[in-house]
Amino acid sequence: MNLSIKHLFGLEGVPKEDIDSILDTAFSFREVLERPIKKVPTLKGVTVVNLFFENSTRTRISFELAEKRLSADTVNFSAASSSLTKGESLRDTIQNLFAMKMDVVVMRHPVPGSVKLLAQFVDAVVINAGDGTHEHPTQALLDMMSMKEKYGSLDGLNVAIIGDIRHSRVALSNIFGLKTMGANVLLCGPPTFIPYGAESLGVKVTYKLDEALEFADVVNILRIQRERQGKGQIPSLREYRNVYGITQQRLSKLKRPITIMHPGPINRGVEVDSDVADSEHSIILHQVLNGVAVRMSILYLLAGGR
Amino acid sequence: MEKRAITSSILFKNARVIDPFQEKSYDTDIQVDKGKILKISKNISEKEAKEQIDLKGLYLAPGFVDLHVHFREPGYENSETIETGCRAALAGGFTKVCCMPNTNPAIDTRETVRFVYEKAGNEIVDVYPIAAVTKGRKGEELTEMVELAEAGAVAFSDDGAPIKNAQLMRFVLEYSKITGKPVINHAEDSQLKADGIMNEGVVSTQLGISGNPGIAEQIMIARDLRLAAFVNARIHIPHVSTAGSVELIRQAKAKGLTVTAEATPHHFSLTDEYMRSFDANGKVAPPLRTEEDRLAIIAGIKDGTIDAIATDHAPHIYDTKETSLDLASYGMIGLETAFALAMTNLVHKEAITLMELIKLLTIKPATLMQLPLPVFEKGAEANFTIFNPDEWWVFSRKNIYSKSYNSPFIGSEFTGRVKAVFAKSHYVTI
Amino acid sequence: MNFKMKSHLMDELALKRTITRLAHEIVERCKGTENMRIIGIRTRGEFLAKRIARKIEEVEGVKIQVGILDTVMYRDDFRIKKQLPAIELTDIPFEVDDKILVLVDDVIYTGRTIRAAMDALTDFGRPSAIQLAVLIDRGHRELPIKADYIGKNVPTSNNEEVRVHMKESDGKDEILLVEVDQ
Repeated sequence: MNLSIKHLFGLEGVPKEDIDSILDTAFSFREVLERPIKKVPTLKGVTVVNLFFENSTRTRISFELAEKRLSADTVNFSAASSSLTKGESLRDTIQNLFAMKMDVVVMRHPVPGSVKLLAQFVDAVVINAGDGTHEHPTQALLDMMSMKEKYGSLDGLNVAIIGDIRHSRVALSNIFGLKTMGANVLLCGPPTFIPYGAESLGVKVTYKLDEALEFADVVNILRIQRERQGKGQIPSLREYRNVYGITQQRLSKLKRPITIMHPGPINRGVEVDSDVADSEHSIILHQVLNGVAVRMSILYLLAGGR
Repeated sequence: MEKRAITSSILFKNARVIDPFQEKSYDTDIQVDKGKILKISKNISEKEAKEQIDLKGLYLAPGFVDLHVHFREPGYENSETIETGCRAALAGGFTKVCCMPNTNPAIDTRETVRFVYEKAGNEIVDVYPIAAVTKGRKGEELTEMVELAEAGAVAFSDDGAPIKNAQLMRFVLEYSKITGKPVINHAEDSQLKADGIMNEGVVSTQLGISGNPGIAEQIMIARDLRLAAFVNARIHIPHVSTAGSVELIRQAKAKGLTVTAEATPHHFSLTDEYMRSFDANGKVAPPLRTEEDRLAIIAGIKDGTIDAIATDHAPHIYDTKETSLDLASYGMIGLETAFALAMTNLVHKEAITLMELIKLLTIKPATLMQLPLPVFEKGAEANFTIFNPDEWWVFSRKNIYSKSYNSPFIGSEFTGRVKAVFAKSHYVTI
Repeated sequence: MNFKMKSHLMDELALKRTITRLAHEIVERCKGTENMRIIGIRTRGEFLAKRIARKIEEVEGVKIQVGILDTVMYRDDFRIKKQLPAIELTDIPFEVDDKILVLVDDVIYTGRTIRAAMDALTDFGRPSAIQLAVLIDRGHRELPIKADYIGKNVPTSNNEEVRVHMKESDGKDEILLVEVDQ
């Protein structure tokens, strides 16, 4: 049951066997979350530090809950990355923390690569809770768990990721993971939101939403950050909704139902309408529950032996 | 590194001389007396000199010239000083360097120009300051370029701060015609660069790192070349990094413009693939580009579009490199590795000959910066670099003489190594 | 690791008889089936629990609900093992409050698995009692735990192992005692 990886930096290059183990174990842990007493002693004595250099209430709560459900001791450290000025290096901050003997570090940082940098400085299991626009592997794993729950297998599944791919924290990990598991991935959004040479990721790209909906078994709708409008990348949220918003009207033209996913938080009425997000085909709330289970699974598989 | 003053005479036996002035290479003995070449001849008698050094198997060329280094003094002495920078230069075989003005304060007055000369006065390496083009490198008002040139500034540049205002750049180029000193503009369109940390391309997309597109450089070079042509001024393009830039310069040269260009060892040795390591030592401006760009730079070196190899030696204290990629400083040290990289990636790959490389490291940069370069003949100042073109070695921290060690090449294998330098009556073994 | 056959403890028929006896004992001691639930410990305890439940259904003519328990999350030994044990699904599809829970496992040895199982069960609620049924009791308890229903007592030494083979996982029913040469 040991994974081939020692840390979870991202899903790029993580073998299918590891992802299978993580997802299978996650389903076992999810049962714990449905018990009257939702806590098991599995990681008793393991100390986990949640190192968040960027605000992310959802991800932090999900990790913290996963750690507590496993009886690990948890410590939280939050700081804006800007407070790490050039005078105080990331290395010093982290070595100071780790002089206090941590077993696992869950790290969130706005800048790609920072989590990998951290791993060089400490003797602990490192779990990436999102490093900017690089990877956010636990989000992709919970997404895949939710798809697997619904479809049984990811092999051959058609997944469309819709929205601001370029600035997304979750797109790359989803693409890497889904490709490994045999799914077909299509990216859709305005060209200003599609990164250079996106096809090199092994995905299809379209600027037409109807094409994406026609293709998809599942749509993973990304959040549009409001601050993007007015910077030249999109003219307005109004126009975005008109062109790329997922509405019941658009879905009703399709011959088959599509599963609706969203990593949250949702801008209702922008990237997706409320009646779609709350419909029977939406698995958005499953994603949230599965998030805790998948994080328990990762923590057990990487730190269970410590 | 060992430095020894040679006050009287010294005889170098069995050297293989690479003479770029005459484009000849031959085996000879060289006798040096009081810092000057006394005799160049085969089989000089051992009795004629107090000391002799056998260079059998080694090559001897004029001391190398680097027209683009950062010695950080005044202001950032925690990263480098003129003294430590000169040590790094000697380790790389360089006896003349031009240092950039992005110091604190910037080198933009007669006093700061003199400061550099004074600080470097006792060094074996000649250090020539490049002065700022605008006051405080702010891109607003011209510096007193004539006075600065008289004080000893060899060229003008705001270094990492591109001159955004096209009209100001026009004035800079026009005004520079009084002194005839080269103007060097960091070629990058700041808006297109935006928050780009590495080259924008397939690799940046796969890593999710914000990209700085090659067109940001090309658009600025295109603008500057047109401006230089219009006002009939000379311009020097630093650290050319893209295939498109090489092509623009090639076309300008074909039209007869007085444009010169340099390329760095890192841009002809590494590509953006290096960033897969997320190592901040690979964060440099302009960024490491694609394999296509790297090959185009080598082609540009080969056909003469690129006039010189310059290191852009940019030391940074470790704190500013062992941090997240956004906060990490731009640049890498380069003096210690330049010759080895050029030998390994250019000469041993048969892109250029050893003679051509020596020209790119000596007469070509010296000519374009209008620096005095002692010729290789009797009576001239003895200023040599001695190297083994075929020595295989692994570059490590202990080979770094700079105060900073921000190099992506630690652990790299090279073929070709600088062994010693003779300059200003000092024999320095590396 | 080499091992040597010492003896056959049970064959298919003997196992069938033992299961029948255990089923009768359980029903008798629990005074019927109404408040009784059976929970098998993964992996072979699960198969055994289902067989016992089927036997009780035959005799009593009622449906018996069976739960499956994976005890890995509660174990105290995965940190000292080289290979991290897989955690499989626990499925207890009924309320445990005020029920008599009969835990079923194939072999009881140190008692640590049963300790883990009891810890787990208390997280599901407050059963009125927990009882334990095992096929083989091989002794060497390290915790104060005792089975309520025992198929066979087999005195063993520490270098011996009881190998339980069941059709569901091993293709045939048999129980062997082997000597392990470490």
